[in-house]
Amino acid sequence: MARKEGGSAGGDHLGREWWWDKIAQAVLFGGGISAIVFVIAIFVFVAQQGLGFALFDLDLATFFTSPQWRPTSEPEPIFGALALIVGTASITGLAMLVSVPFSIGAAIFIGEFASGRTREILKVLVELLAAIPSVVWGFIGLMVMSPLLMDVFDVPVGVSVLNAGLILGLMAAPIMTTIAEDALKAVPDGFREAAEAMGATRWQVIRQVVLPSAKNGLVAAVLLGVGRGFGETMAVLMASGHSINMPSSPLDPVRALTATIAAELGETARGSEHYRALFSIGILLFAVTFVINLLADVFVRGRRASR
Amino acid sequence: MSAFGATDLDLSNRRRERAFRGLFGAMTALLILPVILILGMLVWKGHSVFSLEFFLAHPRNGMTEGGILPALVGTLYLVAVALFASVPLGVAAAIYLSEYAPDNLLTRLINLAIINLAGVPSIVHALFGVGAFVLFFDFGTSILAASLTLAVMTLPVVIVATRESLQAVPQAFREASWSLGATRWQTIRRIVLPNSVSGILTGVILEVSRTVGETAPIMFTGATFYVAFLPMSVFDQTMAMSYHLYTITTQVPGVPEALPFAVALTLIAIVLLLNSVSIAFRMVLRGKKKW
Repeated sequence: MARKEGGSAGGDHLGREWWWDKIAQAVLFGGGISAIVFVIAIFVFVAQQGLGFALFDLDLATFFTSPQWRPTSEPEPIFGALALIVGTASITGLAMLVSVPFSIGAAIFIGEFASGRTREILKVLVELLAAIPSVVWGFIGLMVMSPLLMDVFDVPVGVSVLNAGLILGLMAAPIMTTIAEDALKAVPDGFREAAEAMGATRWQVIRQVVLPSAKNGLVAAVLLGVGRGFGETMAVLMASGHSINMPSSPLDPVRALTATIAAELGETARGSEHYRALFSIGILLFAVTFVINLLADVFVRGRRASR
Repeated sequence: MSAFGATDLDLSNRRRERAFRGLFGAMTALLILPVILILGMLVWKGHSVFSLEFFLAHPRNGMTEGGILPALVGTLYLVAVALFASVPLGVAAAIYLSEYAPDNLLTRLINLAIINLAGVPSIVHALFGVGAFVLFFDFGTSILAASLTLAVMTLPVVIVATRESLQAVPQAFREASWSLGATRWQTIRRIVLPNSVSGILTGVILEVSRTVGETAPIMFTGATFYVAFLPMSVFDQTMAMSYHLYTITTQVPGVPEALPFAVALTLIAIVLLLNSVSIAFRMVLRGKKKW
């Protein structure tokens, strides 16, 4: 990425151009660090509303162990997020169970088996699927998947862990497929050719050469998929049933952490306990996705370092 | 393989290869086909609503009739203001990363921050938008606050696409320019940017597509249920396509079933069209490259 020192040698005689060069460099540096500034700003502004509450007013034991989320009950509101955490975990877990094998399978097919036009068309299709907005997925969960599940399983309510998990799986799969395929592509062709020269079949090459070398990249793809599912808001809000519930079966409706903020923030008074409790959930979401992204980055770097 | 025809081992290996090829092919199909079926179903259920009036009229009768004009215009407004903020910043960031950044800790932190900015849940971006733009900068719930929230959220899309197209410009182009005595900035402005502008454009189109579909970040920062008038300034609240789909699906009673299907279809059509244009553009560019 680093470019060798190029222009501006001699400096002074260029005068105006030399100054322009310095100004441009300073402005562009400002743009460069903007991403860091924004990540810090996001934390600061969310923490400003929620951290004080999370540290001093919120009973963290209740928050993590009580399934009672009653932010408006009188006289004493209860802020127990266990049911919400379980809701998010069950939906994300089911989504990953469905989509991880399919995404990696599809990545292997597109990257290693398909060739020429077939590969190009499949890649474009996957890219287009990844572009469908989350509110549209939520709509599909509510209006298409829900009646279907009611018919198939003969249940009165079609919005559930299963519905949201399937929707989230369909949503996350194209993204994971793309990242996993990139990880496969990063394995040098020389590795494949060496194995093929020794008489290995395509499948033997994939299983014994490509997959082991791409392992870290594939783990990163799965991690980014998990982060995506964990933070998904609109689709989960609309497809999960949004009722506070410790699920005992995949057909039970649940409520997710993200969806709780989306549904309740509009109805709370600024600065109230409830309002700050929602920002506290925001801190939790920020922290967890931060760690997931950091881990994914470590795995990708591990892949590069081992080369 | 063997000089004397296939052995049993060869045959079993080939059978296994065919089996796995079939399995992974089927998995790929199972990822793609259900979505195509679902999209077909949306067309089947929603197409009857489409008419000129649907696109050009205001909603009527408690949003159970009429069109989507204010939502369309609102989305256009939000996207335009968001681009105004994020494109210059994103392009500057990409130029810095591609042309200046040394391989050090700060650069690694910037890259990590970009990944995180893309990975932070959209509802957390919404909380940030409320805390920063609605309250701290006191823009209120307005197009400005919503667009800036969207801009921060989609910044990584512009940065990543621009950085890629800048890095595709051969190093020799820069060296030739430097050797003529051009400064680094002159080289960027006259050589690097002109050779990558179409790549940057594909990235901007992708960003537009992302911005159009986002719902959570605008719910509390500037999007509103219903307004009788089209937005006049950046301090107005506005309706938006994505939020409109959410409200008429979940909040408004008595909406005829076909209406939300038509709104969902319109949203999908806009997004898929934008992405297809971006992909087609990219392919044409790849074919045209002189180097």
